[in-house]
Amino acid sequence: MNIVPKSSFVLGHRHLLGIEGLSRSDIIGLLDLAEEFVELNRQIEKKSTSLRGRTLINLFFEASTRTQASFELAGKRLGADVMNMAVGSSSIRKGETLIDTAVTLNAMHPDIIVVRHYASGAVELLAQKVDCSVINAGDGSHEHPTQALLDALTIRRRKGNIERLVVAICGDILHSRVARSNIILLNTLGARVRVVAPSTLLPPGIERFGVEVTRDMREGLAGADIIMMLRLQRERMNGSFVPSTQEYFYYYGLDQKKLGYAKPDALVMHPGPMNRGVEIDSIVADGAQSLIREQVEMGVAVRMAVLEALSRNFPNA
Amino acid sequence: MLFDRRPILLANARIIDPSRELDFAGDLLIADGLIRDAKRGIGAAGVPEGTEIVDCRGNVVAPGLIDMRAFVGEPGGEHRETLSSASQAAAAGGVTTIISQPDTTPVVDDPAVVDFVQRRARDTAIVHVHPMAALTKGLKGEEMSEIGLLKAAGAVAFTDGARSIVNAQVMRRALTYARDFEALIVHHTEDPNLVGEGVMNEGEFAARLGLMGVPKAAETIMLERDLRLVALTGGRYHAASLTCAESLEVLRRAKDAGLPVTASASINHLTLNEIDVGHYRTFFKLSPPLRAEDDRKALVTALAEGLIDVVMSDHNPQDVEVKRLPFAEAAFGAVGIETMLAAGLRLVHSGEVKLATLLKAMSSRPAELLGLPGGTLRPGAPADVIVIDPDVPWVLDRNELKSKCRNTPFDEARMQGRVLRTIVAGRTVYEYV
Repeated sequence: MNIVPKSSFVLGHRHLLGIEGLSRSDIIGLLDLAEEFVELNRQIEKKSTSLRGRTLINLFFEASTRTQASFELAGKRLGADVMNMAVGSSSIRKGETLIDTAVTLNAMHPDIIVVRHYASGAVELLAQKVDCSVINAGDGSHEHPTQALLDALTIRRRKGNIERLVVAICGDILHSRVARSNIILLNTLGARVRVVAPSTLLPPGIERFGVEVTRDMREGLAGADIIMMLRLQRERMNGSFVPSTQEYFYYYGLDQKKLGYAKPDALVMHPGPMNRGVEIDSIVADGAQSLIREQVEMGVAVRMAVLEALSRNFPNA
Repeated sequence: MLFDRRPILLANARIIDPSRELDFAGDLLIADGLIRDAKRGIGAAGVPEGTEIVDCRGNVVAPGLIDMRAFVGEPGGEHRETLSSASQAAAAGGVTTIISQPDTTPVVDDPAVVDFVQRRARDTAIVHVHPMAALTKGLKGEEMSEIGLLKAAGAVAFTDGARSIVNAQVMRRALTYARDFEALIVHHTEDPNLVGEGVMNEGEFAARLGLMGVPKAAETIMLERDLRLVALTGGRYHAASLTCAESLEVLRRAKDAGLPVTASASINHLTLNEIDVGHYRTFFKLSPPLRAEDDRKALVTALAEGLIDVVMSDHNPQDVEVKRLPFAEAAFGAVGIETMLAAGLRLVHSGEVKLATLLKAMSSRPAELLGLPGGTLRPGAPADVIVIDPDVPWVLDRNELKSKCRNTPFDEARMQGRVLRTIVAGRTVYEYV
């Protein structure tokens, strides 16, 4: 059985480098297309053929389990040949520059390169040097567009709509590409976005992002429909940005008590991987209000939608 | 290199001599490497036989520029820039004296290296080169260098280049000791701990790009500390590159109190701002970083008022290997010696700065601070002279730059005004044809 998507949405961009630059209709088009792949992914026969004969390269300069697996599965379910570049063992570690790597891979005629890099702007730089489509799977502290799309899909399926929802994004906003992409996307779709963090983890100028800023979880979660928790990197825990994991958990960790400040039907999200007992309590992470596993499922569907929507621009598509 | 050694008459010129606040229509006669005369109506009749007569057609004749902060790759980084290539770029930009920085390999912290730079410049460069020497050994910020011997060898000032001296005690002793030799200390004012991982101006734009910011306080705190040490010691001090309104306040207070303090601003910070970084354009990655437009405007006003003494290029050649990288990993710096005057003329055409003020900040003022004989058109002075058409429009093509590196923030920029001729010690070393 072969399911042909009903949506004929085409993304009017060659690359997906960020949520910035996408219109409201781009975002809704991608989410609608992703809905169809959710259905496909729940069937026994999950294969489609729209990327048959196409080559997708996963180029990850930063370790990732779920995003890389998610893109790999998305590509394979659409019929593409998927290659994973393990950067740890490649010549990139031997001093080859990002641009050399891009030029080398480009010579192999891939159709899509999915890139994660630890430096902000690195994916855009690579995109300038290749002839194929590039998808940003996270660049430094800049953007992680497919994460924001999968979060939006998850929210929309549960709440029906995103407009006017109160979304609280909590934790390390300063270093988070997930936060940046989500702020832009949620604002574009008309949500009310709050950020909650200690001041050391807020970027200067955040108040100009169109968000409400608070340092207090009680205030930040009051009346919230959605609570998005962010991961706090280990090297930032002990004395550099916050004094200790204990203190961080006490003031900013999401436990049952703090969850009680939000609306009774509030839903909890986390992009993973979680630090249980640091930014989120296990009882909440695994509780009835948690959407964390659903996010992972939506991740595959959203990435299929992005691949499909970009590939419709390809010659001979 | 063979140069024409005939006398030169620059006729029918608008002569601007900022060292004497003169601006008049007249002729300027050069012979034997010196300025002989500058007055109305010398004319073809009043010159020695064989004089080359140049009709300037009303264009500006001014002292050759003295670029007080240029990073040259030689010794140690010749793939980026040599004294020769830097001097070619300088001549094309109207710069007749390069003040080189000590951040080389080896560091200019030994009289023998000062001597090396001067000899190499004499043999290979077509403009004058005077080195600044390291203020501390190895630029480590720990032990002061041989200020007396280095000065005797020809170092015109003392600086740790692009580095800041964190230890206040080291700075205090250096200022105290340098005072005995009347040596000028030039300091890059940026607290490296506050800079941290910062790569551009702190604020909304850095936040949106996901880049770590450099707060303005990193500069202002270091400047404030230094000026209190100047008050304590009486040493002569020059802030290498100020960028923000807050620093200008601090500087003004120190000058009003009569402290021996002066300051530079780079041409980049006077004509560009943080928004020029755009989407991770590494040619705009500078140290200190480009600031907000309000800060740029404050710098321009300070230049017009004379609060900022010197405009320098902060010339810093970096090759593609270190610039074609993700923004946070790319090297800091931009080339600028060749475009400093043309970019500066933007401020003149916009009506913000008078031409004479701009020329003063690029020639006579640095000459005074460094004790150099140039920067003037006074008869008897060395004939370091430029002819400028201040109005001709052109578009910069970075492939035409003379520097070995092309990391200019002004690629494809529209310019108005350019150097037509550069004369060093009485010899024409550059002519725009």
